[in-house]
Amino acid sequence: MVRPLGFLVGLGFITALVLAIFTTPLKNEPNVAYAFHKHPKHLKLASDGIVLPHWDKAQLQRGMQVYKEVCSACHSLNLVAFRNIADLGYTEGQTKTFAKGFQVPSINPDTGEPATRDGLPSDYFPSPYANETAARAANNNALPPDLSLITKAREGGKDYVYSLLTGYQNPPANLPAELKPGTGLHYNPYFANLNLAMAPPLTAGQVTYADGTKASVDQMAKDVTAFLVWTAEPKLIKRIQVGYAVFFFLLIFTVLTYLSYRNIWADKKH
Amino acid sequence: MSFPWAKPYEPTHPLMKWMDEKLPIPRLVYNATGPGYPVPRNLNYFWNFGVLAGAALMIQIITGIVLAMHYAANVGVAFNSVEHIMRDVNAGWFIRYAHMNGASMFFIVVYLHIFRGLYYGSYKAPREMVWLLGVVIFLLMMATAFMGYVLPWGQMSFWGAQVITGFFSAIPIVGEPVREWLLGGFVPDNATLNRFFSLHYLLPFVILGVIILHIWALHIPGSSNPTGIEVKDEQDTVPFHPYYTAKDGFGVGVFLLVFVGLTFFSPNMLGHADNYIPANSLSTPAHIVPEWYFLPFYAILKAFTFNFLWIDAKLWGVIAMFASIALLFFLPWLDSSPIKSSNYRPLYRIFFWILVADVLLLGWCGMQPAEQPWVILSQLGAIYYFAHFLVILPIVSRIERPLPMPNSITEAVLAKHAPDVKSVSATA
Repeated sequence: MVRPLGFLVGLGFITALVLAIFTTPLKNEPNVAYAFHKHPKHLKLASDGIVLPHWDKAQLQRGMQVYKEVCSACHSLNLVAFRNIADLGYTEGQTKTFAKGFQVPSINPDTGEPATRDGLPSDYFPSPYANETAARAANNNALPPDLSLITKAREGGKDYVYSLLTGYQNPPANLPAELKPGTGLHYNPYFANLNLAMAPPLTAGQVTYADGTKASVDQMAKDVTAFLVWTAEPKLIKRIQVGYAVFFFLLIFTVLTYLSYRNIWADKKH
Repeated sequence: MSFPWAKPYEPTHPLMKWMDEKLPIPRLVYNATGPGYPVPRNLNYFWNFGVLAGAALMIQIITGIVLAMHYAANVGVAFNSVEHIMRDVNAGWFIRYAHMNGASMFFIVVYLHIFRGLYYGSYKAPREMVWLLGVVIFLLMMATAFMGYVLPWGQMSFWGAQVITGFFSAIPIVGEPVREWLLGGFVPDNATLNRFFSLHYLLPFVILGVIILHIWALHIPGSSNPTGIEVKDEQDTVPFHPYYTAKDGFGVGVFLLVFVGLTFFSPNMLGHADNYIPANSLSTPAHIVPEWYFLPFYAILKAFTFNFLWIDAKLWGVIAMFASIALLFFLPWLDSSPIKSSNYRPLYRIFFWILVADVLLLGWCGMQPAEQPWVILSQLGAIYYFAHFLVILPIVSRIERPLPMPNSITEAVLAKHAPDVKSVSATA
């Protein structure tokens, strides 16, 4: 009974699928934007890969400077606390001073009115806007995303962030009219639909690096991307280091289990 | 329950004797996974995956319980509570990545376990019940994994929940009310997240219960083996302990190496970038894709694009997707061949490997956007999938002429070790 019924059910599905094949057009709708879209450029960082990756602390410090002086005007960094920047090689005193440079939301202890106070190491980077509505109002109705996880939250990761920051250009002459950037939009072939609301954020010499590194657009983009790789996963390097220890421990364990397996089975043909 | 030559449990220590009279758990373990359980001597490495699936479940339960201590199932804080685990909890990043990749490892070993069963005919009499319980476990795993993926409340969590619960709305009349009842609202929201968390914590223990039944049902006839010939006498078997405990120990080592490699060196390889964006009901991701282990079924769902008879394409897809798993329940009766192992089934063996390629193809298509050539490939793949189980398999098992088979497991083993394999006459 199962077999004849199964046969009929199978024929039903197969008929529906054969009809689906013959009624589905074999040509795709042409996607014009796709032809202009570019794949992200590769960005090599010290924290890449699994062969002795490490944080380039000087670069992360420069990247944080770029975030603080440029990106933080519009983008929040909600998941990072000031205390976390100890990872970048800052001392406790430097961290406290750095935190003090920010005003964080608070309440007036006497009146209960909203107020601000100096940041403490336990505070998180404050948002540039009070809420989403304020952020949209200030940005032509676009919402600048939080950057804490940005290098993990986009296909292409750090390569994408770096490419986007350095990818602004004039629209190509053969770009169809419907793909041309509208008011308040900027052409960038690394962005999914080619035009994004963020204006080119970096200009050469925009920040003055304490270590004397020349602040070209490319350099600042690399540095801030490296910083955002750290904010997305502060435990990245530790993860790989622990991974090696666990892997080699298990490798020895596995060799021993293999030897004991061979030993136990030595007298049995199987 | 076992073979007459199974070693009996004879406690010598007074404490163990006392225990055996009051609560004979040591006896149970001895007879189930100890020297008291005789197992065919010729099992190959594909027989490791049952134990590995059990190990994967234990890893999921242990890491999951720890995660639940730090996670908060509320739409306002769920996303950030996961990041709190990643950043502030001691070794939280490890526990979370282990749980995330542990789910993938669980599915990898279970898929290998299922395909082992398909190749060696493990679903056939006298082990039909073992197979049926296995399919129940597989369904429970899928439900658990789906609900677990919703918990971080990222974009793919939210939209995955939206799409999967949307399947129910394809059912005429009752579909939409059922969907709202499941979600506790019109869209996935706090009620959804809370009940998914509750069920995600519950179901692994249900799985554990069904696994106990699965192993119990297995121990009635005893384990199958690569020849598919049933155990005839003592020389066909070895005691589970130490022979297979040692082999499984090695298997667990290799499993952990792969697991650790994934968890520490490439933990996000099998995930989606979109799930690091907090859930937003107003912004739909460009491609909503389920986790890799659902992709073949997702491809079957999307393959139906034509309103055939009075059923529309979406409902066809949903029915076909459920049917693609449900048909596994009927497998022991769809395949009427008395020969279990594909080693002796020259015709079925060919179709088995086509099925493996077909499921991989469907998985690849499931990942792609709804564009050609992926649509037609998933349609062809889905045709083969249903044809394989419902048309080809019943016919093949009727017309196939099996290869000559050895008389016993021991004969097969000795033939393998003989200087000239051909010299041992093999008769069916």
